[in-house]
Amino acid sequence: MANGITAQNEERSLQTGEETRAPEKFLRPAVNIIEDESELLLTADLPGALKDNIEIHVDQGILTINAPVSVQTTGRPLYREFEWAPYYRQFQIPEVIDQGQMKAEFRNGLLTLHLPKREAAKPRRVEISVAS
Amino acid sequence: MASWSLFNELESLRREIDEAFRGVGFARPLATTFLSPTSARRFPLINLSEDEGQVYLEALVPGVDPNQLDVSLLRDTVTIAGERKAPGERQGELVHRKELGFGKFSRTIDLPTEIDPSRTSADFRDGVLRISMAKPEHAQPKKIEVKIS
Repeated sequence: MANGITAQNEERSLQTGEETRAPEKFLRPAVNIIEDESELLLTADLPGALKDNIEIHVDQGILTINAPVSVQTTGRPLYREFEWAPYYRQFQIPEVIDQGQMKAEFRNGLLTLHLPKREAAKPRRVEISVAS
Repeated sequence: MASWSLFNELESLRREIDEAFRGVGFARPLATTFLSPTSARRFPLINLSEDEGQVYLEALVPGVDPNQLDVSLLRDTVTIAGERKAPGERQGELVHRKELGFGKFSRTIDLPTEIDPSRTSADFRDGVLRISMAKPEHAQPKKIEVKIS
């Protein structure tokens, strides 16, 4: 069920998808994925991404994050530790996610994506009434 | 002109060697990680560039409240310090992936020239800090007119 998001096959099966997009370069953003009773919470570092152009879509259980970056190069490069390239990463998401209720925020270069679970998939507490 | 770029190459090499001796080893240019717990790199990651009158620095500080960022200049060094607050843990949560780093950071960067602290500006947008620093008069290239006698 919710295993899809941790399954190692995510890397392998979907990486090929990324490779077919070569020779373009893509950055693979770092993410945290935390699950609680009501939702999966995905946070991703997308420094320099353009808020209005961040594309998040779900197709056949695969969540794709695709974001171009705004590059302002000034002057002659002296020293580089990172390169600018669009962000791209895919995840398998479990079926229990209610795709219509997904919510995203982007602040200070951090993308927060709320993936709420469907009502039916939430754990439910059953009250036991004691017959007196 | 050729000698200029040679100096730049040397400067770049010197920085790379410095980084290597800090235990970095594997430089992966295609990564924008920040405070990664699995990396020995120094954060934030930076790019430096320059033109005749200015030195530009780009630093990746995603998820940091700009009010928590502290930029200070001393002679030819710039220090970027701050804190990225970790989100509070909630009860009964299940961690699927944990690649983001949190905590305090501070990094001092050597600049290729002296700079004029009074003509420096810093701008923060979408997790990228951009600092432009003006070179003082005496560090700028000067044109000398050749007179015909």
